[in-house]
Amino acid sequence: MKERKLSVDIAGVTLKNPVMTASGTFGSGMEYSELMDINKLGAVVTKGVSLLPWEGNGTPRVAETSSGMLNAIGLQNPGIDTFIERDLEFLYKTIDKTDIPTRIIVNVCGKTEEEYVEVVRRLADTDADLLEINVSCPNVKEGAIAFGQDPGALSRITEKIKRAARQPIIMKLSPNVTNIALMARVCEEAGADAVSLINTITGMKIDIEKRRFVLSNKTGGLSGPAIKPVAVRMVYECAGAVRIPVIGMGGIASGEDAIEFMMAGARAVAVGMMNFRDHLITEKTVVSMIQYMERHDIRDINEITGCVR
Amino acid sequence: MKYSESARIIKQERLASDVFSLWIEGRIAEEARPGQFIAVYTKDPSRLLPRPISICETEGRRLRIVYRIAGEGTRQLSGLREGDTVEVTGPLGNGFPAEVKGPVLLIGGGIGIPPMLFTAKSRNDNIIVLGYRDPELFLLRELSEYGRVHIAVERPQECGREGSEYIEGLLKEGIIESFTKGNVLDAIRENGLSAGSAFACGPAPMLRAVKEYCGVNGIEAWVSLEERMACGIGACLACVCGSRDIDPHSGVRNKRICAEGPVFKAEEVII
Ligand SMILES: Cc1cc2nc3c(=O)[nH]c(=O)nc-3n(C[C@H](O)[C@H](O)[C@H](O)COP(=O)(O)OP(=O)(O)OC[C@H]3O[C@@H](n4cnc5c(N)ncnc54)[C@H](O)[C@@H]3O)c2cc1C
Ligand SMILES: Cc1cc2nc3c(=O)[nH]c(=O)nc-3n(C[C@H](O)[C@H](O)[C@H](O)COP(=O)(O)O)c2cc1C
Ligand code: FES
Repeated sequence: MKERKLSVDIAGVTLKNPVMTASGTFGSGMEYSELMDINKLGAVVTKGVSLLPWEGNGTPRVAETSSGMLNAIGLQNPGIDTFIERDLEFLYKTIDKTDIPTRIIVNVCGKTEEEYVEVVRRLADTDADLLEINVSCPNVKEGAIAFGQDPGALSRITEKIKRAARQPIIMKLSPNVTNIALMARVCEEAGADAVSLINTITGMKIDIEKRRFVLSNKTGGLSGPAIKPVAVRMVYECAGAVRIPVIGMGGIASGEDAIEFMMAGARAVAVGMMNFRDHLITEKTVVSMIQYMERHDIRDINEITGCVR
Repeated sequence: MKYSESARIIKQERLASDVFSLWIEGRIAEEARPGQFIAVYTKDPSRLLPRPISICETEGRRLRIVYRIAGEGTRQLSGLREGDTVEVTGPLGNGFPAEVKGPVLLIGGGIGIPPMLFTAKSRNDNIIVLGYRDPELFLLRELSEYGRVHIAVERPQECGREGSEYIEGLLKEGIIESFTKGNVLDAIRENGLSAGSAFACGPAPMLRAVKEYCGVNGIEAWVSLEERMACGIGACLACVCGSRDIDPHSGVRNKRICAEGPVFKAEEVII
């Protein structure tokens, strides 16, 4: 069997393979580590963390939809201090210290520019390898998506965070915009090291028997296989618009799906809600990507990134 | 230890017009405790979220669930036959505590009855109170082997005269200790039942009433809660309930039903 190169480079950080977890679908890996081996992953992307604890939204917070789901968790998290003490400590202890260890990517959220900056500062001396900045969560009233839908605000916050961050920053883009490639370009010009997309698409579900919204937040973010074609198209558009790496996600359920995102231009990919359907899906995605490479005699996975134009 | 497995179906049978009993085989059974649940997945790729279902009882490597058809997922589940497989993860959550002050009132309302069988089998100081909406008294005979059973039926008239004759028969046979028209609280009050502790599973209004009754009467109560789930293992924060105190895991006033629950000390959660 020939050597196959699966490793990819994101802003100077090498991932052993292109498969990561999508923020919010994997916690910090603690719960999943009982069912699978997180050392098989390119990176673990943690749930969004803010400066102080956030309570999140009321319940129901999730609803099943055709080949997908709506969520309105509302970025519940215990705050950066607990996160560093407990979650990062867990990852540090669990990740094997090999040549290319599984990388830690911390997803950051906030209500104001200052809050994002402060969280990023507190992460400076931790084991986080990369920071993913969530400016695209549709489920909180202040901050988050407001930064991701306005080019001026996006540019300003990217610049400020870049100045404060020790680690490279990945700006996570919202699909709830008219021109996502423009947003990617704005991030690149403001100093972002990479972009990731897509976050969830704002949606709604109504219970016609009860004449009520299903989610207590009324609206929620749509994810899962239902959104994959939209995500692939957006990754393609962004990859064509910027030189920095693009990380693709949205409905990935297999190695074949991951390959499709890479062909559209993604350097790495993240698996989100399908972790709920199959707790081992990320590991299986890596295995089936290798099988694809063998079937098509691909030496280096990087060859396929953006190969369809 | 939790397992994700493709479990073989041993037996599927109908217990009432919309209630089914399903036996599956796998590793989960050996580690399951009363009050825990499993996540059941449909074979339909358009329905991706888990159906959380309580463990009704186990025998070696065999595990039983009893479920009501509540929608398309449970309807599809009821179509599976012996020899088919079903994807499941479990055992999930924390069950009812083993060390409590007895005797214990086991209170099950409607489709909250199934986990009470597993619980009843694990103790010998049970006073069982079951609430049914109509005279389709599923699991009653099985439960009656593990303690004195009091039943409450919301709409006993639904089966007409035959229904009341049936209930008379159960009283004569000694299957049930008492019959009350109404809900489980009516049955508890009517029979002046008291106990050291209470374990309850059923609809939220029932749990609220149990919590209040036990609070007033100095009975320590544990309740099993329900919420919509996504990951089923504590990672996504979909299934939270409000808590009296700041939860050490979440850092805020809520707890994960799939991880810290589904069974909680009644006074610690907001129902
Ligand atoms: C801890 C726990 C234990 C349970 N134990 C049992 C049991 O032993 N027997 C039984 O019959 N039912 C039980 N339920 C309820 C059961 O999960 C739902 O009836 C079932 O999910 C309905 O699925 P469906 O596809 O038929 O309905 P649909 O309405 O089509 O389901 C759509 C979505 O909503 C979710 N959903 C719908 N109702 C509920 C509910 N009440 N709670 C949580 N999610 C729901 C489904 O899982 C699915 O994701 C339990 C629920 C919880 C949380
Ligand atoms: C329950 C849930 C919680 C999420 N939480 C976050 C979050 O905290 N931060 C974030 O940037 N994205 C969050 N997301 C978005 C995902 O990371 C991902 O971008 C999106 O779900 C699309 O991928 P998927 O279709 O594979 O799930 C969340 C998604 C889900 C389903
Ligand atoms: S369902 Fe994900 S935390 Fe409970």
